[in-house]
Amino acid sequence: MSAHLTIPKTYKLYIGGAFPRSESGRTYEVATRKGAFLANAAKASRKDARDSVVAARAAVSGWSGATAYNRGQVLYRIAELLEGRRAQFVDELRAGGGLTEAQAQREVDTAIDVWVWYAGWADKYLQVTGNGNAVSGPYFNISTPEPTGVVAMVAPQNPDVKGTGLLGLVSVIAPALVSGNTVVVIANEAVPLPAISLAEVISTSDVPGGVVNILTGSPAEIAPWLASHADVNALDLAGAGDLDWIDLQIAAADTLKRVLPPEAGVPAPAVDRIQFFTETKTVWHPKGII
Amino acid sequence: MTIDQSVALAPASRAIHLIGTDLTEKSLKLHLDGLSGVDAVGLESRAAGLATRSIKTTSKVWALDTIIRLIDLTTLEGADTPGKVQSLVAKAMNPDPSDPTTPRVAAVCVYGDLVADAVAALGSAHAAGGPTGINVAAVATAFPSGRASLAVKLADTAEAVAAGADEIDMVIDRGAFLSGRYGLVFEQIVAVKEACRRAGGSYAHLKVILETGELNTYDNVRRASWLAILAGADFIKTSTGKVQPAATLPVTLLMLQVVGDWYRLTGERIGVKPAGGIRSSKDAIRYLVTVAETVGEEWLDPHLFRFGASSLLNDVLLQRQKITTGHYSGPDYVTID
Repeated sequence: MSAHLTIPKTYKLYIGGAFPRSESGRTYEVATRKGAFLANAAKASRKDARDSVVAARAAVSGWSGATAYNRGQVLYRIAELLEGRRAQFVDELRAGGGLTEAQAQREVDTAIDVWVWYAGWADKYLQVTGNGNAVSGPYFNISTPEPTGVVAMVAPQNPDVKGTGLLGLVSVIAPALVSGNTVVVIANEAVPLPAISLAEVISTSDVPGGVVNILTGSPAEIAPWLASHADVNALDLAGAGDLDWIDLQIAAADTLKRVLPPEAGVPAPAVDRIQFFTETKTVWHPKGII
Repeated sequence: MTIDQSVALAPASRAIHLIGTDLTEKSLKLHLDGLSGVDAVGLESRAAGLATRSIKTTSKVWALDTIIRLIDLTTLEGADTPGKVQSLVAKAMNPDPSDPTTPRVAAVCVYGDLVADAVAALGSAHAAGGPTGINVAAVATAFPSGRASLAVKLADTAEAVAAGADEIDMVIDRGAFLSGRYGLVFEQIVAVKEACRRAGGSYAHLKVILETGELNTYDNVRRASWLAILAGADFIKTSTGKVQPAATLPVTLLMLQVVGDWYRLTGERIGVKPAGGIRSSKDAIRYLVTVAETVGEEWLDPHLFRFGASSLLNDVLLQRQKITTGHYSGPDYVTID
């Protein structure tokens, strides 16, 4: 009964809630850490990045307009589905990331925990990062964080660093989603399978199409196009340490993007990461006129 | 029924010349129904083939500018106001304020009652049919349904022309066409053409909207195209934009073929205007390829080919900005319309 035929798969991108092939038609081979063939992944081109930004832009109003409570529920739903696919993620981290069974399980568990942690912040970060300001006049003066829009990100890349398979990706996507941003993320090039499975999880949860767009392929090729893209509002360079990330920052400065610099490993969960991708809106409201 | 030739001799006489007998409902029907059927599969595969051409680098730059020059920038909403028309005209005159080398569009297309506002907003940029500047096109004849008496349609047309419209986009009576009353449709087009006559004796350009989405078959599109040309259309236009499907590549290809046939028969060039549903530069470039391959590049001229579009212009501008600056642009860098 064990003579089951393995099916080598050719995976696709995740753009606008659909799974298209790369516009360029290119694929690349994904191998285990020891070099054995695992699967084919789509090699995204700059035009796939462009299409992702269009999809992400279209999704901003719906996602940021949803109530904080609703966003929290949707994010929590993703964590539930991650839990359901635990075995698959463990397999992929073992095969592609070269982890042991125990290490892989630990990484998946941590990733789910991080996701739940961020989901919980959706209807709470406002209270922590917003303010009622004291002003000398009969006014309420309230500062409140608003999502910045489309965030492009490079997921942690280095396969030698612990947690870059799934946890790294989750740790960059989740905080941006909490406040209502939409995301275009370049997955770990060497270990893309967990990212592709995460795309499948997201597409079968309640996340509207376009809120998360996942590209597999070369960050060196795609990141400059996202950094200079005029319709991207912020850039998370968490995994761009090995790229010319200074150039990416310079390109991003042309259109005044918020830029998070590279991190050595996997970014730790932090409210700062949620707050970074928000813009503070301050409103004045007269007091005492009823 | 004999068609009243005293209304307009020129278009009727070209129909008589072609049909070769007296122009009656019957002879018109015999002629149009006798046109050979359209090979739908062949037509669609030809259109699909033309859509696969890859237009890059310098050709693309040329194509984008050509598309802008061929656009009838359109606003046809019930909620249109003089202010909306003014901003439309401002955009027509200066599509991309960040790049003064951007060409101007061919015309602005508005409802008849807003023609005066468009003319006033254009000021000295109003081409009035001349070689430079921007024309004002008005939809008329109870657009988009065409369900009104002939008297109303003619008054609608005459008012728009009097207000300064250089081009009239009329709709045909699809009900009459589909029930086989070709003579009635013919007569109405001839009458509207006459209503396009200005005080000075010259004529506003007449675009005849076939509304191909309601004609159901390619055979009907071919018949309606012939009918409109015989009746004196200067342009044949696919759709109002209010009915789905609007312009499609196969339908436009078919209309271009009719126009090409007419040119071979008479040496007269008739224009084609696909309208509705063309939103991306990529789509528009496919139309350019189709025109160039079907009737030739001399048709890629505002006098002979137009895009009826509103959101297309923004997409073309984004592509243009990408080419000039080297990075992708976004909707924050073009005007909202």
